[in-house]
Amino acid sequence: MYAVRKWSVRHSRGMEIFYSAFERVFVGMHPLWKAIGYERAEKPIAALEKVVKGFLFDCKMCGQCVLSSTGMSCPMNCPKNIRNGPCGGVRANGNCEVKPEMRCVWVEGFAGSERMLEGKQAIRVVQIAVDRRLEGKSSWLKVARDKNATPSPSGSNMRKSS
Amino acid sequence: MTFDDEPVPGYPLPILPGHTSPGRLERVLRAGAFAVTTELDPPDSADPEDVYKRARIFDGYVDAINATDGSGANCHMSSLAVCALLTRIGYAPVMQISCRDKNRIAIQGDILGGAAMGVANMLCLSGDGVQSGDHPQAKPVFDLDCMSLLTIGRTLRDEHKFQSGRKLTFAPRVFFGAAANPFVPPFEWRADRIAKKVDAGAQFIQTQYCYDIPRLKSFMQQVEDIGLAGKVFFLIGVGPLRTAKAAEWMRTNVPGIHIPDSVVKRMAGAEKPAQEGRQICIDLIQEIKEIKGISGVHVMAYRQEDTVAEIIDKSGVLNGRMPWYPGRDTPYASPELFKETT
Repeated sequence: MYAVRKWSVRHSRGMEIFYSAFERVFVGMHPLWKAIGYERAEKPIAALEKVVKGFLFDCKMCGQCVLSSTGMSCPMNCPKNIRNGPCGGVRANGNCEVKPEMRCVWVEGFAGSERMLEGKQAIRVVQIAVDRRLEGKSSWLKVARDKNATPSPSGSNMRKSS
Repeated sequence: MTFDDEPVPGYPLPILPGHTSPGRLERVLRAGAFAVTTELDPPDSADPEDVYKRARIFDGYVDAINATDGSGANCHMSSLAVCALLTRIGYAPVMQISCRDKNRIAIQGDILGGAAMGVANMLCLSGDGVQSGDHPQAKPVFDLDCMSLLTIGRTLRDEHKFQSGRKLTFAPRVFFGAAANPFVPPFEWRADRIAKKVDAGAQFIQTQYCYDIPRLKSFMQQVEDIGLAGKVFFLIGVGPLRTAKAAEWMRTNVPGIHIPDSVVKRMAGAEKPAQEGRQICIDLIQEIKEIKGISGVHVMAYRQEDTVAEIIDKSGVLNGRMPWYPGRDTPYASPELFKETT
């Protein structure tokens, strides 16, 4: 919902803090996901993720969430799907060129990133092309799987999701 | 400007150390000359002569010609085809690539094909939304955005491979550019976004129309403040306005175009508005040239392309330099093969 989405961006810092705790727990549940089977967990977790993030962010389930790097403003709501915005068509009032009644997702995103801790820097990192095969899949499970698969040097380059 | 290692004018140049393309635009910019580029309005026609006619009016005044890729989401001859025609006789085009109409498979193919035909400059754009053009019923693709497009282009050129990782046998040698619009919000982030584009692989920037010098100056100050100065060439977009009414219409209806009231007033008060529009453009170019960190101008004179030569000439920015064009140094050989044989 548009109003909730805007509220979430206004509370981007709280979202960031909450998510980082949530991610730690979720990633820590790796043995459980493994026991159930990541494939089998996919459907219910994706459904849950869709409800929660759909409500909070108008999530489009791209399956490779970058909310932590976009000021908690979902870039897939940009009519051009720009993951590295804002484009040059932003209206003088900060609204979208394609949908004049909507705030530019990226004007919102930069404002949101200003309020965040790590998100403040993360928005400066170039986001690579979307892997369209992941559409509709759970980003949370992907993070759990990826973080447990590679013993990553904690922090720096790791693109966090939400 | 003639380069002494230019074997046949118009043919690809040897690539100097630190350069990435065999093109003249990169040479001119890296040599420190004030560059001039312009935009060719692609024809709604399949006649190559329509392209050549539109290119010839810039002869002697521009270093490169942008071939737009369905600009404003309107259907025209493709940028790849316009570039192919232009490179055949030696022109230096900037091939615009928009993410709106093609996915990564098609785009990577176009980058290879363009480079194979001698296109040395490519401008990576996200593209206008389909709603603004003449086919609003079309499917918007947007598989990539301008920045992921830049990274993919750079991977092709520098790592000699597709995004998939599959190897190329010969990499495209391209000077990559990107667009900027410092004249719309969020102002405080515009320079940072250019920094991202440079990280992604942009080597030159062409901006949206500039009618607001103070805004441009504060943008260039931001560029310097974040340490971006000297890392990318800035070509500032300019263009003549025709009437006060047209200016008013543009700023109200075309997203991304900012024209201050003072400019509209100056147009409204003019006896000969079209002439005043050209004069405003000349004044802007002269002011832009004095701003630190700017390497050239990009003149977009949509539907008044015939005014570009006069504007550049009167602005004096070429400083006596005459950019190469087919026929400058040798008699122009008309491409006979395009003549219809019946």
